[in-house]
Amino acid sequence: MGLSIMEGNEAIARAAIHAGCRFFAGYPITPATTIYQNMLRFLPPLGGICLQGEDEIASIGFCLGAAMSGQKAMTATSGPGISLYSENISFAIGSEIPLVIVNVQRLGPSTGSATRGADGDVQFMQWGNSGGMPVIVLAPVDVRDCYELTVWAFNLAERYRCPVFLAANKEIAMTRESIDLAKVKLPDLESRRYCDENKPFAPFEIEQGRKAPDFLPIGGSRLVRQTSSTHGEDGYITVDTETIARTQARLLEKLTSTVDDFTFFEADLQKNAKTLILAYGVTSRAAKHAVKVLRQRGQAVSLLILKTLWPVPQRLLKEQLACVDRVVVVEMNLGQYVREIERLCENTQVVFIGQMNGELISPQQIMEVV
Amino acid sequence: MTNLLNKKRPPAFCAGCAHDRVILALDQAFGDQGLAGEDIAMVSDIGCSGLFDTFFNTHAFHGLHGRALTYGTGIKMAQPELNVVVTMGDGGLGIGGAHVLSTCRRNIDVTLLVLNNFNYGMTGGQCSVTTPMDAQVSSGFLNRLEPPMDICMVAAAAGAPYVARCSAYQKDLALQIQKALTYKGFSLIDIWGVCPGRYTKRNPLTPGQIKERMGELPAADGLVTQNQRMEYGSHYRKVASGLEQAPDAVCVERSFDPVFEDRREVLLLGSAGQRIVTAGEILCLAGMTGGMHATQKNDYPITVLRGHSVSEVVFDKEGVGYTGLDNPCVVIALAPEGVNRRKSKFAEFDKDTVIIRAAGIELPDCRARVITVDFKAHKIKKTDWALAALAVLARENIVITIDMLEKALTCRFKGDVLAAALKLVHTNFKILQKRQN
Repeated sequence: MGLSIMEGNEAIARAAIHAGCRFFAGYPITPATTIYQNMLRFLPPLGGICLQGEDEIASIGFCLGAAMSGQKAMTATSGPGISLYSENISFAIGSEIPLVIVNVQRLGPSTGSATRGADGDVQFMQWGNSGGMPVIVLAPVDVRDCYELTVWAFNLAERYRCPVFLAANKEIAMTRESIDLAKVKLPDLESRRYCDENKPFAPFEIEQGRKAPDFLPIGGSRLVRQTSSTHGEDGYITVDTETIARTQARLLEKLTSTVDDFTFFEADLQKNAKTLILAYGVTSRAAKHAVKVLRQRGQAVSLLILKTLWPVPQRLLKEQLACVDRVVVVEMNLGQYVREIERLCENTQVVFIGQMNGELISPQQIMEVV
Repeated sequence: MTNLLNKKRPPAFCAGCAHDRVILALDQAFGDQGLAGEDIAMVSDIGCSGLFDTFFNTHAFHGLHGRALTYGTGIKMAQPELNVVVTMGDGGLGIGGAHVLSTCRRNIDVTLLVLNNFNYGMTGGQCSVTTPMDAQVSSGFLNRLEPPMDICMVAAAAGAPYVARCSAYQKDLALQIQKALTYKGFSLIDIWGVCPGRYTKRNPLTPGQIKERMGELPAADGLVTQNQRMEYGSHYRKVASGLEQAPDAVCVERSFDPVFEDRREVLLLGSAGQRIVTAGEILCLAGMTGGMHATQKNDYPITVLRGHSVSEVVFDKEGVGYTGLDNPCVVIALAPEGVNRRKSKFAEFDKDTVIIRAAGIELPDCRARVITVDFKAHKIKKTDWALAALAVLARENIVITIDMLEKALTCRFKGDVLAAALKLVHTNFKILQKRQN
């Protein structure tokens, strides 16, 4: 057994290569830059492409073109870049383009603090694009999660043909950490399903029982149409209200009905515990520490670390929330995901701990409230 | 000659629109080259030019306003054999200006057809970046304040190797398009035409007048001599093919028993140029040789050559939970910048905390045990103080041993650098015995 040391951003880049990513484009921005720099080290020697766009809009645009040409593509930025990605994110959602988007969150609003961490984009990643359709957001806790969840992000992007966010944080992405690479648990790799060569191809046709259309690449031997406009199965603009309604319902349902299949979490539950601490991202580490100390002091307390933030894993949350009198939601912002918890609680009291000053929430702060 | 026009979706532009002529010329250019639909990707922008992809039986990609060149670039890099044609109006030219300039400079093998009709047709005839100052448009007086842009001059200045200005009405338009398509590199054609739906109602414009006005501008008829160079994609692949694969992550085997069992925290306080971050990493590696998990958090200003440099290292056998510092067992204080950055923490240090201080560095009041080392007296360069301090730390046997430190250096460095580092650490381990409280 041996240990390696790397920051979260390097783990994300290495995992992307493992997942089969051969196209990356990004624009330098602290604290996401080292993902781009690692991809630039890894990709070109493998025959892959790593580009630096003239801005974030170009970077995600390159990725969308490459993704529709058959590549597994990834881009990485921070809050200000996600703002510029917005219109292209809704394009990827509505036109079912697989893409992994890493958001290494930093303290906002706006330019904010480039070298300070926060989890301030948690609602923004879900709702910061036009149309109001669901997206997948995975939140790593440590370097090992950066590795594992990045591979999952590619799998889910391929499976459901959608953008998948990795909601990292400066405090994970730029913190170096030891990792036992032999213990990393990686899933089998998935790829978007290609249309059978004996079947006629329509770019947005859905086979019975399938969640996403079969794929063919732009540049292949059969013609492919992609469009950001409201489209029918043939990829041409449509005004047919039934077709439009059917597609919109499917875009919603393909992720909300399947979230149980990709609900990642860690539950450390204690019998008789009346209080559940709920955390995600780097804050989970302080929560874990707090739980350990509280138990040493004889206090019963449960912990739920959520790693799939969107779509909200309602089944898991309702189950866990029903078992306790009180849930303490801890997050590195002034109250974002707690809204989702509040709406799922029937008789459970919701207590919120938040902080947005560029510092980590400490175990002491959590223990004081619990 | 093949015909790639989509018979199920004939062009649907206003009667008299110049776009119809460009579609026919483009199809003729495709045919003259013997291209099949699957050899071509049509990438279209927003507005009437955004309909172009639907009129052809080719691969098609219709995206956001102004961003067509970005999709085209991604497609071309992923599918180098494909002929990528981007259509964009004078509107897309304005909103996507950064992409136009960058594509000119990049010189990727994509052809951009600018369908220039001097206004935003689809939204009601507002002014664009090419609207003449004397035109009557739906933007009121605003176009009278800004002169039109000559995209050919701009593209050539930005590095485009092929720039041509054409009229939609000139007889050899298909030939002009074909020349641009076959150019190996970025080619741009600025195609002037009328928009009968929105523009020419209030601004009469005949093919003759278009020709006349074009004649008043500097000529742009294809090759831009000074911008000839290797195409981006080919160049990229050529350079990339000579690159060596990046190494796997270094793996540190457990070689020693750890000197502690619980969680330990170390705080390194220095200034830019003192190799604080590198020392923090070496410290992590040293702990890892004892089977400890480690985290390292760094804090330094964006002006990396000036100011504080702080590194926080945490060890824990089971894996580090909270990565912040609660109660460091060791503080290495090598510069006032770093000490100032964490000065509020000193009051919290208890008597079990050891501070390894460079002689002359003032510390805030605290109860910690202080070891002062006169690095200067030992003729140790300031850039080596952090590593020398690790040797002092190893002597104390609180967190790491000298064996761990030496092993860590062999993981991190090679050759002369390694030899120098080992010598520094080994010498200092022996000579830095003098303790002052």
